Amino acid sequence: MTTTAEPTTLEFGKARTRKEDARLITGRSRYTDSITLPGMLHLVVVRSPLAHATITGVDKSAAEKAPGVFGVYTAADLGAEGIGLPCAWPITPDQKAPPRPLLASTTVSFAGEGVAVVVARTAGEAKDAAELVEVDYDPLDPILDMEAAAQDGAALVHPDLGTNVSATWVFDSAAAGTGDDVAAAISAAEADADSVVVRRRFRQQRLIPAFMEPRSVVVDPNGEQVTMWSSTQVPHILRTMTTVTTGIPESKLRVIAPDVGGGFGGKIGVVPEEMLTLLVAQKLHKPVKWTETRSESLLAAHHGRDQIQDLTITAKKDGTVTGLDVHLYADMGAYLGLVGPGVPVLGAFMFNAIYKIPAYKFTCTNVFTNKTLTDAYRGAGRPEATFAIERLMDELAVELGRDPLELRKQNWISHEEFPYTTVCGLTYDSGNYEQATDRAVELFDYAGLRREQEERRRNGDKVQLGIGISTFTEMCGLAPSRVLGSLAYGAGGWEAASIRMLATGKVEVITGASGHGQGHETAFSQIVADQLGVPFEDVEVLHGDTQISPKGLDTYGSRSLVVGGIAIVKAAEKVVAKAKKIAAHLLEASEDDIEFNAGQFTVKGTGQGKAIQEIAFAAFMAHDYPEDMEPSLDSDAVYDPENFSFPHGTHLAAMEVDTETGRVTLRHYVCVDDVGNVVNPLIVEGQVHGGLAQGIAQALFEEANYDDQGTLVNGTFVDYTLPSAADLPSFTTEHVSTPATSNPLGVKGVGEAGTIASTPAIVNGVIDALRHLGVKNVEMPCTSQRVWRAIQDARGTATQETPVDTHSPGAGLGSIDPNNPQGEIQ
Amino acid sequence: MIPSKFDYVKPASVDEAVRALVDAGEDAKILAGGQSLLPVLRLRLAAPSVIIDLGGIPELRSISEDGDRIAIGAMAPHHDVMRDGLVTQHVALLAQATATVADPQVRHRGTLGGALAHADPAGDLGAVALALEAEFVIVGTSGTRTVTAADFFVDYFTTAIGEGEILTQVRFPKYTGWVSHYEKFNRTAQAWSMCAVAAALKVDGGTISEARIGLTNMGTTPLRAPGVEAALVGQAATAEVVRAAAEHATEGTAAPSDADAAADYREHLARVLTGRAVLTAVG
Ligand SMILES: Cc1cc2nc3c(=O)[nH]c(=O)nc-3n(C[C@H](O)[C@H](O)[C@H](O)COP(=O)(O)OP(=O)(O)OC[C@H]3O[C@@H](n4cnc5c(N)ncnc54)[C@H](O)[C@@H]3O)c2cc1C
Repeated sequence: MTTTAEPTTLEFGKARTRKEDARLITGRSRYTDSITLPGMLHLVVVRSPLAHATITGVDKSAAEKAPGVFGVYTAADLGAEGIGLPCAWPITPDQKAPPRPLLASTTVSFAGEGVAVVVARTAGEAKDAAELVEVDYDPLDPILDMEAAAQDGAALVHPDLGTNVSATWVFDSAAAGTGDDVAAAISAAEADADSVVVRRRFRQQRLIPAFMEPRSVVVDPNGEQVTMWSSTQVPHILRTMTTVTTGIPESKLRVIAPDVGGGFGGKIGVVPEEMLTLLVAQKLHKPVKWTETRSESLLAAHHGRDQIQDLTITAKKDGTVTGLDVHLYADMGAYLGLVGPGVPVLGAFMFNAIYKIPAYKFTCTNVFTNKTLTDAYRGAGRPEATFAIERLMDELAVELGRDPLELRKQNWISHEEFPYTTVCGLTYDSGNYEQATDRAVELFDYAGLRREQEERRRNGDKVQLGIGISTFTEMCGLAPSRVLGSLAYGAGGWEAASIRMLATGKVEVITGASGHGQGHETAFSQIVADQLGVPFEDVEVLHGDTQISPKGLDTYGSRSLVVGGIAIVKAAEKVVAKAKKIAAHLLEASEDDIEFNAGQFTVKGTGQGKAIQEIAFAAFMAHDYPEDMEPSLDSDAVYDPENFSFPHGTHLAAMEVDTETGRVTLRHYVCVDDVGNVVNPLIVEGQVHGGLAQGIAQALFEEANYDDQGTLVNGTFVDYTLPSAADLPSFTTEHVSTPATSNPLGVKGVGEAGTIASTPAIVNGVIDALRHLGVKNVEMPCTSQRVWRAIQDARGTATQETPVDTHSPGAGLGSIDPNNPQGEIQ
Repeated sequence: MIPSKFDYVKPASVDEAVRALVDAGEDAKILAGGQSLLPVLRLRLAAPSVIIDLGGIPELRSISEDGDRIAIGAMAPHHDVMRDGLVTQHVALLAQATATVADPQVRHRGTLGGALAHADPAGDLGAVALALEAEFVIVGTSGTRTVTAADFFVDYFTTAIGEGEILTQVRFPKYTGWVSHYEKFNRTAQAWSMCAVAAALKVDGGTISEARIGLTNMGTTPLRAPGVEAALVGQAATAEVVRAAAEHATEGTAAPSDADAAADYREHLARVLTGRAVLTAVG
């Protein structure tokens, strides 16, 4: 018996530092690229520089003769011409889903698409040889504008489909019986002198997930089971989908996600390189590794967002919102990603947000273009929706001459109204928007900043102040399986867990969630420590290997705690139930007289008892246990959530805008989030801070720019401007708690909240600073140049068009010299 | 990402380095801090056959006083330059501009000579060298020559350093007692300049007696702003004078257009930043 320590207080709520960090920050982590197997070969993908072209020839001969090369393969050489990667989300029965090849054979459909692979002894030799592969292309006109592409008569990305529209998905509250008819609401408002109709178009620019660890795959084909290591968020889904794609029996494949350095949705896909590495390894009977370069990652890993939003909101002049109509174009890129088409659909239920909107309609047109595909990126659909409604509420407030916070208050669901069924038919179980808002307003000094804003306006200060508001909610904890079924999603939404009580009293927890930076090992240990009454240090959390964790649906959509964590609680309850039987047996008492508290089974009213570790040992010895049970405490559980989780919060941003240069500075950011009960406040704070940085980055810094040939022009971190800590202030983050009623821990998701909430707060703040100058909109990212042009436009000063097809300065990669377009140094 | 194959030599003296350079022919590249060269190699935008690393020549790192000049070895890292007492005392503008370059990691590796030899028009140090009329000491097989800043910067990524030559030292006149400021405008805190203005002024009893203004990223090379300088000299350092003088900032410039800033916006920035640089310098 090796009990480490007596647990004294509850672990739940403790701000523990993360147990995984020691290995992650001292270089003792194991990423996929750290794996080196005997005899391993390296694979490099030859990618198309053109966005749209016919392949007229591939000459491999020089590459095949290069030093160290084992093979150069096209799709035909690998027998992969008939293989298409799966899309797991047919959002409509007639959704058009062109086969997504592992390598392009006849036509390339986006710049960065693979055409061939080179396999060599070293990565350097493979890269050298890849440059010798001669691919001949006949260029085709690229189709790049999603709106134009959706029109009849547009040139086609996939001529076989006869259209660039993949699917049109509609939610209509009148048809669903969850609300009124929005068309009627709009015509009524138009006819009513006492109503207003506000129409706006917003653009969600294309973003790059920019996870820290580039993607990497290692496949070892030797042994009875093929082993695939991948830098993925979804080892379980990857295993199933690899079977679906290549036909390898699921039982013959073991997938391992070792330490994974971030994903943000960017590693939720099942990608060509994973399948290619497998096929080549099987063909050569040797382990093979593929690791992408950063530029490859920016170019070819899926992107996020990229929507055009046409919005109509109607309201009574007293401020009561009466209807909301949403029309989206969503750019899918050249093919459909694993869940790409469903991303806007996830947003469909969130445009109404925290507001009581009686009539609502959502129409989304998913469009193909010759660009990199889009798929989930932190928030996936919900940031887009939140941006739209929070920007609209500000626009409506201006139209009505109301304080934007007051207008929100007037329309939101008050805390007495929970549980509340929305116009989308979702039931929000709990929330208290008043509480979060009141606290945020107080921390922010809303009234004081409004006064300062007034003063600066009056003085005509060079630097103006704007106040940005976002009172968001989101749906996460993906997801009740039946709901996913009703949306035609290709999987369930449950999660699995197992708990093994070891002979020595230690505990192994196996989860189907697959952490990649979130802190699961810490948070889950805290939960189990409380459930079983064992010390935190005695709990080991195992995950990310289909041989250790055979069942699971992985990590995305802020689901790990609210679904995976609850599965762990259910498994722990079963362990305790079994242990109680054995305790009763050993203590010669009736089970009804046994109480369990803080790891001790005691007989009511006596001092007699046994620790859970003693029971575990007794079960292991199995010398003396009840007749009617097996000698084991180990338990499994699969938990299917009954509802989504609905975190919410109020985010306030003080934005300073230098009207001379257009530079935007975030002076102060306050958010008060309600994520229900908090397992570990430190982890919650970390998630909120990181999430804020990513959401603010969309508002101010990031955009994947394509030129008119379909070339990604900012494909390095010199040009794709990610903010660093130096660009952001210290955030003021707090939380209030209205426990979720849909799960036994009362927890809600937090992984995406900051990203979803912050983007509109920032943009609302920028526009609020300039509204009095006549500025009505600034597209994202609100760069200094965009802001400056918006001010000039408002003043009626004509300025020049901004080119997007040139590189930015820096590192000899840009400062484009017309005679030296590659920026090559002489 | 992996560069193409190259040979690597690390000479122990300038003479050896020059010989290695001549032996290798036009395919050789000098390696200083590698902060600009390595990205280019890794992206395979360049594939030299030989890399000659100047890191083994200690005297190229020295910073010393040489009469009325401060002589800075080409291999002095940014980090050393910005903290050196001689530099902060006599060439404060250089220290100020160097402090805005990238981040601490890059500043520990990147060198003054490397930055100037690289001659990226978005680089921050060229405008300073030009405005402060630095001299460039260049060594080749035929000996040592000295080139003025005005002659050093030729075009995009092109300087007066010839084939088989090495930049060994940059010599700055002393600007002891001058006031100065480097006003940089960029997308993110650690990004390159979209536009920046270097200003050094001698102010005697409230009157500007001398002015040096340099512009970053307003053409294919760093530029001087003689119109601004002329408008400042002999004037009182008032906001009005400075604003009027700053209107001359774009004379003779050829602002590039890129995604961060089209030419008209850059020109606007140059004027605004010139005003701010001068006003901040004079306090
Ligand atoms: C992330 C990042 C951000 C940056 N931001 C900025 C910035 O904001 N402002 C800025 O000014 N710079 C910036 N830089 C560039 C930095 O200043 C570099 O240090 C500099 O441009 C090159 O110096 P180096 O010593 O690294 O030279 P290297 O990269 O080693 O060499 C650059 C070029 O100069 C040649 N060369 C070097 N030394 C000599 C010599 N003695 N004689 C002849 N030729 C020589 C090389 O052959 C090569 O062609 C940034 C760099 C990075 C990586």
